[in-house]
Amino acid sequence: MKVKSCFGPDYKEYEIGDIVKLACDQPLNLICKEQLSNIEIAYQTYGKLNADCSNAILVCHALTGDQYVASTNPITQKKGWWDFMIGKNKPIDTDKFFVICSNVISGCMGSLGPKSLNPKTNQPYGINFPVITIQDMVNAQNLLIEHFGIKRLHAVIGGSTGGMQVLAWSVLYPHKVKLVIPIATSYRHSPQNIAFHEVGRQGIIADKDWCNGNYLQEKKFPINGLALARMTAHITYLSETALQRKFGRDLNNKISFSFNFDREFQVENYLHHQGSKFVERFDPNSYLYITRAVDYFDLESDFSGNLSSAFSEFAKNKEGKFCLISCSDDWLFPAQEIRKITKALTANSINTSSVVIASDCGHDSFLIDNDMLKNTINGFINQN
Amino acid sequence: MTSITENIVIHKVRYDFEIIANLIKSNSRILDIGCGNGDLLYFLKTNKNADCRGLEISQEMISKCLSRGLSVIHGDANVDLNIYPNNSFDYAILSQTIQAMINPQKILQEMLKIAKYAIVSLPNFANYKNRFHLMFKGTMPVNKTIPFQWYETPNIHFCTIRDFENLCIKNNLIIENKFFLTTKHQLISILGNEIIANFIADYGIFLITKKEICATGQEQFLNNQSVLRKLNQLGLASENINQKINSK
Repeated sequence: MKVKSCFGPDYKEYEIGDIVKLACDQPLNLICKEQLSNIEIAYQTYGKLNADCSNAILVCHALTGDQYVASTNPITQKKGWWDFMIGKNKPIDTDKFFVICSNVISGCMGSLGPKSLNPKTNQPYGINFPVITIQDMVNAQNLLIEHFGIKRLHAVIGGSTGGMQVLAWSVLYPHKVKLVIPIATSYRHSPQNIAFHEVGRQGIIADKDWCNGNYLQEKKFPINGLALARMTAHITYLSETALQRKFGRDLNNKISFSFNFDREFQVENYLHHQGSKFVERFDPNSYLYITRAVDYFDLESDFSGNLSSAFSEFAKNKEGKFCLISCSDDWLFPAQEIRKITKALTANSINTSSVVIASDCGHDSFLIDNDMLKNTINGFINQN
Repeated sequence: MTSITENIVIHKVRYDFEIIANLIKSNSRILDIGCGNGDLLYFLKTNKNADCRGLEISQEMISKCLSRGLSVIHGDANVDLNIYPNNSFDYAILSQTIQAMINPQKILQEMLKIAKYAIVSLPNFANYKNRFHLMFKGTMPVNKTIPFQWYETPNIHFCTIRDFENLCIKNNLIIENKFFLTTKHQLISILGNEIIANFIADYGIFLITKKEICATGQEQFLNNQSVLRKLNQLGLASENINQKINSK
């Protein structure tokens, strides 16, 4: 089923791919104690599912990512966000594997979220949408997997927020996944990261065009708030080295200071550009919901402060293996957080590999074409 | 499966792998510290059905290990051995690396914390070639076994076979088994004359354990017997050693 949806301040309509309706007979119980039924999940698949359904790989997208992992995004018209990783003769070869990527629930690319119509009111949910957690996103992905008739995934892989979903998969469905590949992520969102998220959320909420979350009904759009949220977050995705290399202290098409508050430096220009691109494709309420879901993620406290017990059930999965990947100068999810997960896994004698990818591009390194990253993933998922 | 002898001849498997493989029991849990591209782990996995894990500092090497189905953690043995819980392995192997460690004594202690047995192989600096090199040339030896100039060598803690044995004694460790080898793939002695071994051997391989779990004399004898049988197949053991073992 193909559907259309509005994006950006101009409410431009785009067709957004395949959608399936799940949890029709039995509602999905959310962590917040509410329930959702008739859950629409937007997804893309690549490659063919084999006869015994054993070649499926689930890719979990990051905070503001989407299901267009390896094909052209209908809104931005850019190629998929992991195009260098997934496709014919690429590290995750679609001649061999059936790759699934779905938009998370509470997202805005077709899956059920605050932009969707509330059947009770026939109005968009807005902030009346139930608060979603990473676990809920994974439970919804599991419904999609079952819809495809897949009993067990060959691999589940994803970076950042996607990496949290990957970890949650190994905890919630320890016997349904063989290879677990969390990238540039953590077992919990750190206080510093929650702080950055809150700045972004307050940017949106403080924008008068947010209209208490009802901007869709009011035909308005909190452009400035959403752009500000993106600009703040974008700083955390890069490293000082990368900013220095890309922009340094270069001025914006001028040779001397103007002594005013226009965009003086190139780095300012870059951030504004990122912000203005983002508002064209993302829903402000979805941003509030997904950042909140990430903030709530804490596997350690879910297991009474003992992270290793989170993986005790996965340890019984005899074929189960982990490959943890971190990026050397990621300060949003530093390598030592992956190291803590590694320690929790080895405490359970789980087959664990971990790799630190040398890169100076910060958190976003996993989205940038890198031979080490590609070889690691290719080696791990194709192992004999 | 091809026989081990064929492997050596055809694939030029490092001959110390063969000796290490004979020291470990089948189906053991093994950690190879500094596992490189995983050659030894792969050898032990296929020949001994071992549950193999590795620790490796080079990212490129890890990709190779992963594609062979080996589980390897990216880390530095100098600081990262504490990732593993105590007694999580039967054997911890440190092959040709102890001389490059910042604190070899600490590494040895940590290996025996996380594993029942440590297997350590090391280049013997007291080898006659090195001795003559120092005596007559007066410069630090550079040869096939130690191919680096002193100013660029990763080998910061060279030791001799006797030095290593003294370190084990100092730390109350039991050397359960040891092998002395030359670069020409010859086994010099198993129990033999240590003074001669320390003079001739290019390498030493040691099986070490803490005092409390040392095998009984009988077990050790049987262990030596089975190692000898394998080595006989390889044509590595000399008559002399056979007599020594049998007379024991």
